[in-house]
Amino acid sequence: MKVLVPVKEVATVEDEFEIDGTTIDERYLGADLNEWDDYAIEEAVQLEEDGIVDEVVTVTIGDEETEQTIRQALAKGADRAIRVWDDTLEDVDLLDVGAKVAILEAIVEAEDPDLVLTGVQSGDDSFGATGVALAEAVGYQWGAVVNQLDLGAGDETASVHRELEGGIEELTEIDLPAVLTIQTGINEPRYASLRGIRMAQRKDLDHQTLADLGVEADAVAGDLRLTAMYEPESESDTTVFEGGADETAAALADLLREKGVAQ
Amino acid sequence: MSADVLAVAEHRQGELRDVSREVVTAGTELAGETGGDLHVAVVGGDVETFADALTLEGVDTVHTVAYGEEFNHDVYTQAVTQLADALEPAYLVMPNSVNGLDYAPAVATRLEIPLVTDAVGLATEGDTLVGTREMYGGKVETTTEVDAEQAAVTIRGAEWEPTEAAGDATVEAFEADIDEDAIGSTVTGFEEVAGGDVDISEADLLVSIGRGIEEEENLDLIRELVEALDATLSSSRPIVDAGWLPANRQVGQSGKVVTPDVYIAIGISGAVQHVAGMKGSETIVAINTDPNAPIMDIADYAIHDDLFDVVPALIEQFS
Repeated sequence: MKVLVPVKEVATVEDEFEIDGTTIDERYLGADLNEWDDYAIEEAVQLEEDGIVDEVVTVTIGDEETEQTIRQALAKGADRAIRVWDDTLEDVDLLDVGAKVAILEAIVEAEDPDLVLTGVQSGDDSFGATGVALAEAVGYQWGAVVNQLDLGAGDETASVHRELEGGIEELTEIDLPAVLTIQTGINEPRYASLRGIRMAQRKDLDHQTLADLGVEADAVAGDLRLTAMYEPESESDTTVFEGGADETAAALADLLREKGVAQ
Repeated sequence: MSADVLAVAEHRQGELRDVSREVVTAGTELAGETGGDLHVAVVGGDVETFADALTLEGVDTVHTVAYGEEFNHDVYTQAVTQLADALEPAYLVMPNSVNGLDYAPAVATRLEIPLVTDAVGLATEGDTLVGTREMYGGKVETTTEVDAEQAAVTIRGAEWEPTEAAGDATVEAFEADIDEDAIGSTVTGFEEVAGGDVDISEADLLVSIGRGIEEEENLDLIRELVEALDATLSSSRPIVDAGWLPANRQVGQSGKVVTPDVYIAIGISGAVQHVAGMKGSETIVAINTDPNAPIMDIADYAIHDDLFDVVPALIEQFS
């Protein structure tokens, strides 16, 4: 059984930042492996360690700089990686769900995985829709917000728990092939070991362009345009306790006594 | 393409969920801008009873699809797509709930229309839909324009007031042609997460911790504070994901909803899923080094300082 794990490098933002047009000034941006995808990689690697899966392949849409993040996924146990990028993508302002799906659809067709595991959402643009949209596009079954996956060798169905709101979980049987979007907490993602990091350098990282995949430039142009970015206005009038820790703690202690919740 | 709007209701275990009345509000606003009708769809379960409850102010027609009991994404995808094909609405409005995210992207893909998820605001400018969304965990808000005649959106829960006033909508049964061979998933049951001995939803004073505590051993410091204040300990999701506290301590959309007299959020940035579970607290106090953390938007009182300085000083105040 082969598992494909779409992995994203997300932008992280410092506590203090400035906005430049419709982006955050790059001085305040960092990059990291998307948190939800980290759990998806771990789930795939555990399935391989359990002898259920033979190969774990990652795919990332991103420029050369994302290779550092891709190597993280390889160091955690993925067998090989595909990176998709070219000049056309460089010029796309907002890669929306439809655009991502157009690319990933081509990868699924080329790789023909039995299972696609990816994060529920990404920490930067938080669309939360790519996995399910991909499943529909390629004709796979799917499950969104999965926090438990049971799969045995030769199973044709994945038994999953989907995490609903309010502490309720839904138990569902999903036919394979399927795309599952993975929620945090499903497992404990490993740190990349030194040995894993060394091995990752030798693993195959294949660069593909849209032309290689047969994806037309029109398909990734997207229908959404980001027109403004700003810091949200505070909804409440917050009283900020000023001063050193002793002063602020004393002010908070007074408040708690005043509210009658502490003596 | 008509100027109409189609909103999709949500129910679970026999109850309409609050977001059903919220999609009606969002749908009414959009239909007001386009000048079209508002259609509401309800799929599965006791559709007659749900249709009565959805006959709300602003709704022109409620379409019932009597198929199945509980949510099944294959059924929802087929039913909503067929209804959208029949009505040709300009906009489709669905909840950005766990189930919404399990069918809305498939509907948009099948209809070949753009999708804007997790909108916190919606407006139109001429024929263009403008969605307001958050990025980077709520640190910034963005406006996104949709260049298409028809679009699908999912709306964040609790951002629109639920419509409560009754209306005079027409109820119509929609005969969806559900292809049973295309149903590839089966819901076999529901489970509640582990209960445990403490019910955080009953507490008057909650000391709640997040990622900011950094290491599991730092929990000792927080437990000391909890004891000094005679409070109850709760947390945001990452603490439970890390296995440092059991699931019954989790506050948020997927955990418990709490409404204590005072909620002290320590090292919690305030992801929307967390805020959904605690914004009803009477007084919210946030202790966080980051003055721009989203939790500050809803905090009544704030300390912009290192928790490892403030918490020991606070313990000192009560010992």
